[in-house]
Amino acid sequence: MESVVAQAGLVLLRDSVEWEGRSLLKALIKKSALCGERVHILGCEVSEDEFREGFDASVNSRLIYHDVFRDPLNWSQSGEALPGGPLGALQAMCRRTDPGPVTIALDSLSWLLLHLPCPALCQALCALSQQHSCPGGGSPAEPVRVLCLLHEELHGPGPLGALSSLAQAEVILSGTMGQASAHILSRRPQQHPTRQTQWFSILPDLSLDLQGGPPLESQPHPEPHTPPVSKGAGARTRECGGGVRDSSHEQRKHPLDLQVDPTAHMTFNLHLSESERAAKDSLTLPFQFSSEKQQALLRPGPRQATGRIFYEPDAYDDLDQEDPDDDLDV
Amino acid sequence: MYPELNNLLNTTPDRAEQGKLTLLCDAKTDGSFLVHHFLSFYLKANCKVCFVALVQSFSHYNIVGRKLGVSLTAARECGQLVFLEGLKSSVDVFFRAQAEPHPLQFLREADVGNLQPLYEFIREALKPMEDGQAAWRYPVLLVDDLSVLLSLGLGAVAVLDFMHYCRVAVCWEQKGNIVALVHDSGDAEDEENDILLNGLSHQSHLILRAEGLATGFCRDVHGQLKILWRTPSQPAAQRDRSLTYQYKIQDKSVSFFAKGMSPAVL
Repeated sequence: MESVVAQAGLVLLRDSVEWEGRSLLKALIKKSALCGERVHILGCEVSEDEFREGFDASVNSRLIYHDVFRDPLNWSQSGEALPGGPLGALQAMCRRTDPGPVTIALDSLSWLLLHLPCPALCQALCALSQQHSCPGGGSPAEPVRVLCLLHEELHGPGPLGALSSLAQAEVILSGTMGQASAHILSRRPQQHPTRQTQWFSILPDLSLDLQGGPPLESQPHPEPHTPPVSKGAGARTRECGGGVRDSSHEQRKHPLDLQVDPTAHMTFNLHLSESERAAKDSLTLPFQFSSEKQQALLRPGPRQATGRIFYEPDAYDDLDQEDPDDDLDV
Repeated sequence: MYPELNNLLNTTPDRAEQGKLTLLCDAKTDGSFLVHHFLSFYLKANCKVCFVALVQSFSHYNIVGRKLGVSLTAARECGQLVFLEGLKSSVDVFFRAQAEPHPLQFLREADVGNLQPLYEFIREALKPMEDGQAAWRYPVLLVDDLSVLLSLGLGAVAVLDFMHYCRVAVCWEQKGNIVALVHDSGDAEDEENDILLNGLSHQSHLILRAEGLATGFCRDVHGQLKILWRTPSQPAAQRDRSLTYQYKIQDKSVSFFAKGMSPAVL
């Protein structure tokens, strides 16, 4: 995942309500900052304090935050809003003159897409991600990486397709059983696009923890219409030219390392404490013929009434004198 | 407020979290019991509440509130509750002089409007008192409900912008909370509503989703409640938690139980 995401150009992080992508965005920003890059962040959806939460001081000092969140539409008329609105702020980023490799993070591209016309936004993104030399000449072109957070439920197939075609890499977030996965599609120039699925988790200090495979094979027998890069595919890189589906129904059967605990979210108690277990073991069941009961029966006490049956034959009874009932051993 | 729901959400009026956006949504059922819960919850928590009620009248909420142990009339009189009764005040838009902007000014505008007047009204209602004495703990904005604004002609982006500014003013500046109800159209192809619902879901810290049962109406189980805790920007030690319970609404309370564990069938 790191080599794919480390390349220059536009990288889309597509998340959903269930699998949020901001923490992955922050983890990638932290990686870039620790590599010595300057990171410009266009923050539209969360406040600067909330975004900087979790980064340590060394990372925070490398982050340059352009705050669109506070007053994006200039309703407060206080003059604090960025000039030109969000589009102006985006275009200003294209014209920055910092030397050195730069990472630009857009949080989020969905917000920009809802407020700006799609063509203008695509043009601005193109201008941002293209490699260009610093003004003044002489120095070679510096790679620019643009990380964009995109909430894919908010947009139709048209804008999503347009943004996909601009992107050098797309990371689609999903997951299963509480474990997040990233489905990475990367397009390098003059090469076939590659697909890869990577399981990961984000640690509290915003470092990325890559994992080998899914925690549990939830479906040992995949359905026939499972797409080739489904969750159980593991971290394999495959060349996919022209959208050919390879027959990856041969999913590897992972051993069930982690049993799903069905009592995890139970609302009633299935376990016994020690005292409860002792009480249960010492309980005498009513129909169990224990030695105490045997002794009690052998010595009938005055309290115990022996069962006696009183029977009076009625008119319809057929008493056979040759075969009386007295010899029945009841 | 419903004590059982407090237990499920692991919160009490005394130690509720601040600076959070809670999204209530309902699909194929009526989720207004959640609105009544949070209204009485925050009134009991001694918070200053601004309630934008666009769907029902004041007396309706007052009657239900009395069953839950709060008096909206008393709260309004002592200044704890600022109540915008949409049904009544929408008529004022047409019969008032146009000098001062009305919170529901967008009803008069011919072109696509925005909700800036409503935002200014809320901001004014919840601003901290000038004398510095904090009579109430923190401000809370309650909206019932946002889907009505879409029906009244506003676009989803306008409503999202309004909620954005409310988040800035209430959640970020004053560390207050916002609770908003959005209906989920479900099968009906309502793109604007879907954009509004999904857009707000991405910004929420807690999503409570009341759904009707898939098998239809039942006398003893009125629906299913899905609770999703989200952390929009911070990775938590435990992954976003999601729980599902079924519920039955009674006269003064709502009882919750695990799926399939209704007392009626046990």
